[in-house]
Amino acid sequence: MTVVALLSAMVTLAADRPTLKAGVFEPPRAAPELSLDSSGGGKLSLADYRGKVILMGFGFTSCPEVCPTTLATLAQARKRLGAQGEQVQVVYVTVDPERDTADRMRAYLGGFDSSFVGGTGAPAQLATVFKNYGVMAERKPIGNSYTVAHSSSVYLIDQKGLLRGMMPYGRLPDDYVHDVRALLSE
Amino acid sequence: MSRRRWLSILAIGFFGVVSWAALAPLPDRESREQPFVIPEGTWQRRMSGDLVDILPQQIRLTLGINDVLLLENQDTVPQTFGPALLMPGQSFRLPFELASEYQFACTAHSSGQMTIIVDPFPASPWGRLRWRALQLAGTFGNKSHEPNG
Repeated sequence: MTVVALLSAMVTLAADRPTLKAGVFEPPRAAPELSLDSSGGGKLSLADYRGKVILMGFGFTSCPEVCPTTLATLAQARKRLGAQGEQVQVVYVTVDPERDTADRMRAYLGGFDSSFVGGTGAPAQLATVFKNYGVMAERKPIGNSYTVAHSSSVYLIDQKGLLRGMMPYGRLPDDYVHDVRALLSE
Repeated sequence: MSRRRWLSILAIGFFGVVSWAALAPLPDRESREQPFVIPEGTWQRRMSGDLVDILPQQIRLTLGINDVLLLENQDTVPQTFGPALLMPGQSFRLPFELASEYQFACTAHSSGQMTIIVDPFPASPWGRLRWRALQLAGTFGNKSHEPNG
């Protein structure tokens, strides 16, 4: 009887959740915490942004195409949200700790939106984050330099810190606007 | 029966099938989800050396017919499934609204990539013919839209 009631409650909860444009995790789990250096100084912790919707991506400042596109999309979405944009926090975690210092990330992200926060750290710290989120990051040599092939989706974390969805690369700013509004309305 | 008559019957039959494939309405589906499931015991099978490949490297979806990718992990350990890391008992439901080719990083495949091709809704007779031909090819060919594990 208790199991039936529990299942019934889970189904009801799932039915009450808004429809998102992003891919949706069901049931949602707590977003794994970060322990990284923040581009804003100090430590970067998701818990600091509880009460906001967090849009979290993974990339690097030398990325030629995917990261600038994603960050420009997120900046545009935040702008279109108007006053609700204040309730959104974009977090961008580097996949290239060798080049992406906290200062470099602050300068780079600030070019898109001064509220964006970057996260960097030791390779082992970042490897844990990648594992927790299922992110792929693979260094590929190019001549004397290198690039990094990496996952390009953006994770949606709700105001309670639950990992609710994942938006694939290439979606429009209005898709983010839709989903952020849906999550803020809960 | 003469050979010419047989050929005539075959030609009429072929014309009838092609006409049906082009003009008949598409079948109603209860759901637009295209599910892929990691069954319980997959991890153990992999550990014992079985090559378990559940998610094909290329998935073909069609808007308005099966335009929602549904990944479910029924195993007892976390699994990276296409673009998503899924905990035991967790699912990932990804709707598509635009016809396009989508590339995802996927550690489950040796290439590190997974492709999802989303075709437009086959509204025209030619579109329905092509869609049915792809379905047929999928049934007898590489089954690119169905689980192969």
